[in-house]
Amino acid sequence: MELSGYSSNSPERLDATFAALSDSTRRAILARLAQGEATVSELAAPFAMSQPAISKHLKVLESAGLIVRERDAQRRPSRLNAQPLAEATQWLAEYSQFWKSSFHRLDDLLDELKKSSKKEKKHKKKKH
Amino acid sequence: MIYPDSFAVSTPSDREIQVTRVFDAPRALVFDAFTKPELVRKWLLGPPGWTMPVCEIDLKVGGAYRYLWRQDSDGKEMGIRGVFREIIAPRLLVHTEEFDESWYQGDALDTTIFAEEGSTTRITITVLYESTEARDTARRSGMEHGMAESYKRVEELLLSLLAA
Repeated sequence: MELSGYSSNSPERLDATFAALSDSTRRAILARLAQGEATVSELAAPFAMSQPAISKHLKVLESAGLIVRERDAQRRPSRLNAQPLAEATQWLAEYSQFWKSSFHRLDDLLDELKKSSKKEKKHKKKKH
Repeated sequence: MIYPDSFAVSTPSDREIQVTRVFDAPRALVFDAFTKPELVRKWLLGPPGWTMPVCEIDLKVGGAYRYLWRQDSDGKEMGIRGVFREIIAPRLLVHTEEFDESWYQGDALDTTIFAEEGSTTRITITVLYESTEARDTARRSGMEHGMAESYKRVEELLLSLLAA
């Protein structure tokens, strides 16, 4: 597995990434940008929000490295930058996967345990 | 019936990681599955390919537990140990957590809550690290030591994050 990209992954940056992701408007903006670049006015359209309010969110996303904005072009479209997202989700994904796999097994085990405890009860009833 | 949709991982604070899930079983049974070694070693195995050759639990306050996992393919081992701080069967379990390889400074504290939801049981595990640095080191080491992670899973999680 290629891990070289992670050496630049400072705790501060992860925290910035998670802070940026903690807001539902910003997540919606990222979801929109996942479909392709967009300008501030295009991003503001689906929200009951002013363009300056959207711009503030874009600044947070930009400083977290989650998006990049064209400097030169007048429209200054925003683009999704997937790398920090992948970094931030990587450790959660592994943690998540450990428990998901384990819990699937636990489902099966609990089913077995329920069956055997029912059998025991039946057995006890017969004895009485 | 299985409730995989109830599964969620979150970071409630900058020192914590939390996992929650609902199981279709009575609370006492779920508590047993978390505290009896002969049951724990059957399910607490992570992704396929790992076994748990050591699983010892001394279920009392001040009692120790010891887990050791081994990857079948290359014999790689990963161990964890800790001490029980609080036990209220079948509702609550609090224990320390320390990995064999010192991934981070100091212990982490695991709190597992077993809550009855009708005929089902919701478990919530919260790991509290001593510091933000400890959690972040655990994160990074997890990435480096971690079991191979497919890009697809990252994508899935990314999508679920965005959809949340």
